[in-house]
Amino acid sequence: MQPALRFKPHDFWRGALWSAYALVLTVAPLIFKSSLALTMLSQIGIAIIACLAFNMLFGQGGMLSFGHAVYSGLGSFFAIHTLRLVSEGAWSLPVSLVPLAGGLAGMGVAVLLGYVTTRKAGTTFAMITLGIGELVWAMSLMFPGFFGGEGGVTGNRVVGQPVWGVSFGPQIQLYYLIALYTFGATALMFAFTRTPLGRMLNAVRDNPERVEFVGYSTQRVRYLAFIASGLFSGIAGGLAALNFEIVTAETVGAARSGAYLLFTFLGGATFFFGPIIGAVLMVVATVLLSDLTKAWLLYLGLGFLFMVMYAPGGVASLVMMNLRVAAYGKLRALWTSYLALAATALVALCGTAAMIEMVYHLQLDAALGNELRFMGTTLNVKALDSWFGAAFVALTGAGLFEVSRRRFAREWGRVQSEIQRLMRQGEGRP
Amino acid sequence: MDASTVAISLLNGVSYGLLLFMLSSGLTLIFSMMGVLNFAHASFYMLGAYFGYMVAHQVGFWWGLLLAPLLVGLVGAGFERYCLRKVHKFGHVPELLVTFGLSYVLLELVQLIWGRGAMDFGPPPALQGPLFTLIDSSRDGLGAVIGQAAPALCKSAVAELTLRCTQFPAMRGFMMAMALLMLASVWLLLTRTRIGLVIQAALTHPQVVESLGHNVPRVFMLVFGGGAALAGLAGVIGGSAFVTEPGMAAAVGSISFVVVVVGGMGSLAGAFLASLLIGVLQTFAVAIDASLLSVFQALGVTLTPQSPGYPLWKLTLSQVAPILPYLLLVLMLVLRPKGLLGTREG
Repeated sequence: MQPALRFKPHDFWRGALWSAYALVLTVAPLIFKSSLALTMLSQIGIAIIACLAFNMLFGQGGMLSFGHAVYSGLGSFFAIHTLRLVSEGAWSLPVSLVPLAGGLAGMGVAVLLGYVTTRKAGTTFAMITLGIGELVWAMSLMFPGFFGGEGGVTGNRVVGQPVWGVSFGPQIQLYYLIALYTFGATALMFAFTRTPLGRMLNAVRDNPERVEFVGYSTQRVRYLAFIASGLFSGIAGGLAALNFEIVTAETVGAARSGAYLLFTFLGGATFFFGPIIGAVLMVVATVLLSDLTKAWLLYLGLGFLFMVMYAPGGVASLVMMNLRVAAYGKLRALWTSYLALAATALVALCGTAAMIEMVYHLQLDAALGNELRFMGTTLNVKALDSWFGAAFVALTGAGLFEVSRRRFAREWGRVQSEIQRLMRQGEGRP
Repeated sequence: MDASTVAISLLNGVSYGLLLFMLSSGLTLIFSMMGVLNFAHASFYMLGAYFGYMVAHQVGFWWGLLLAPLLVGLVGAGFERYCLRKVHKFGHVPELLVTFGLSYVLLELVQLIWGRGAMDFGPPPALQGPLFTLIDSSRDGLGAVIGQAAPALCKSAVAELTLRCTQFPAMRGFMMAMALLMLASVWLLLTRTRIGLVIQAALTHPQVVESLGHNVPRVFMLVFGGGAALAGLAGVIGGSAFVTEPGMAAAVGSISFVVVVVGGMGSLAGAFLASLLIGVLQTFAVAIDASLLSVFQALGVTLTPQSPGYPLWKLTLSQVAPILPYLLLVLMLVLRPKGLLGTREG
């Protein structure tokens, strides 16, 4: 009889995954060479740290923060002031360590504000973080000396003599610094989830009452996790300061905090790697989607609503569920349903998007004429047939989607119960 | 500050506080009944203003005041029925998230339909102009005249007599009356009617109420729709008194959360006290131009721009006014975490 739990310190798959992660971070700029791609990759690296740090609270501690940009944003401000002091010669610090200064600042702010914030959990915690976020945002307009007023604070990351030929002038050099920090921070945050504190944090999320009975102070556990999260958020902020060389007040604003929450959730808060997917989505959406359509926040909001309602585990949970199906070799039974779902969803989306774009055109670009280009066709916002056609496409798509969704739900349920039967059989085997 | 300024500031503060109460009463009702922190509450307020604007331009302001809250209530009830109820089984955080998503969608939809600029939405002719005029006379002290004061009363003929007139807008008076009416009717509805008692029972003992034959999910839908309608009513009044624009939700949203926390989670009376406190606090702070610098000067300490912490000392109270509610929130959490009239520690 085999023991139920086996300790595997050298898990092959875990090692392979981490190596693949490092490999992707290393070779990504060699594959996507354009300057836009490089900017996006740098931002993705920063966003990965920020979203993972946010998820330390949200996913692992059950603390829903509406003001997390405070910690990354103040980290940015402290980092850019450090950079200025370094370039004025007042301090001597290698530029590659400036993000750590941001991290320390973020941690310091978390020590200060976290004491108040983490006194409560759940919805009250969410409201307090919202209030603190507004407080810092309003203060950023009051102290122009530190926050730089409307124009923000600028800096120059090329300071002094290049060390080993690295001056951080070219973006590619900064990208590799960011990649290094991203890998290190990801590894440290993963290690954090394996510490006793990280485990207690999960317990505080799941059953705070019992944690108190066992003898831990839930408030203290939340506070410590909050400080750790502040440290990593500050590092992300410091990297952002180096990357953009300008920090404005909007980095502490509510919109940034909201974006962290939204994309961490979309990526998947219940798995450690979910926020990484979320960070990629965040940069792709803010850079590419916002360029493509003016209504991108509407699409984002609707997508978020559907995700909360139908897949509260985010993209990561969808991936993991399908991996389980694949592991039992059942994916073949589902792929036709998936194809039908994707095709009908695409049709419905096309019709809806055409209507949304037409309304936006009427609202914003009416001076440019009545016609707009949409996916290779020309729509006339004043003509009835464009509206009728778009509505027809949307309704047909939605109807067919509902039909294929019902079929898929049946198939999915059947496959899941089959897997459960197989798992029970597997347990019973000696 | 003379007596008439104090009186007008006080009235302005109270009327702003009462508007805040109209907004946060729905929020605190929904929270205490369903445990749902409705992040989109301020969006319902904004929606109320826009619906009110739309109806007011078609058939007149008073119809807008009646119909817009009903429409917003319908939207709220529909949202509860088709979105919120689906995530109820996942717990409170997904419920909060779904309303957070709704706030994004509503903001974008409003911008999609009505554009990004401010709307031309003002009070009806009956509520334009002053409700009363305060006359501050150096001889007779403070006096008041209903409506617009005659020019002769405000302009002194002799040099030794100074007269100053301050007007109080009728719209603000209407705002106060509506808020008090609303407080009274909500309180009567909850404590004196059958449906109010069912609501209260469903809050603490949903299973028992359900087994007695009441439809508890429908009660929740009613409460959510009702709370949204209250926000919509506040929106029609606030939108016509101040400004109707897409930014109006963000402007009051976080303040209404502060009201709910400071007053004590789920306490209607606490929300009333807290909103008055915050309204008066902010209105007075805006009017006072003193800073810590002047306090130091009164104590005989002179500070120069070189002295440490100068940017902090030179901030005037009117500059600090926007953050006062949040400072109050932090202070309250440190000193009395359950809020002014709260009963439970969350």
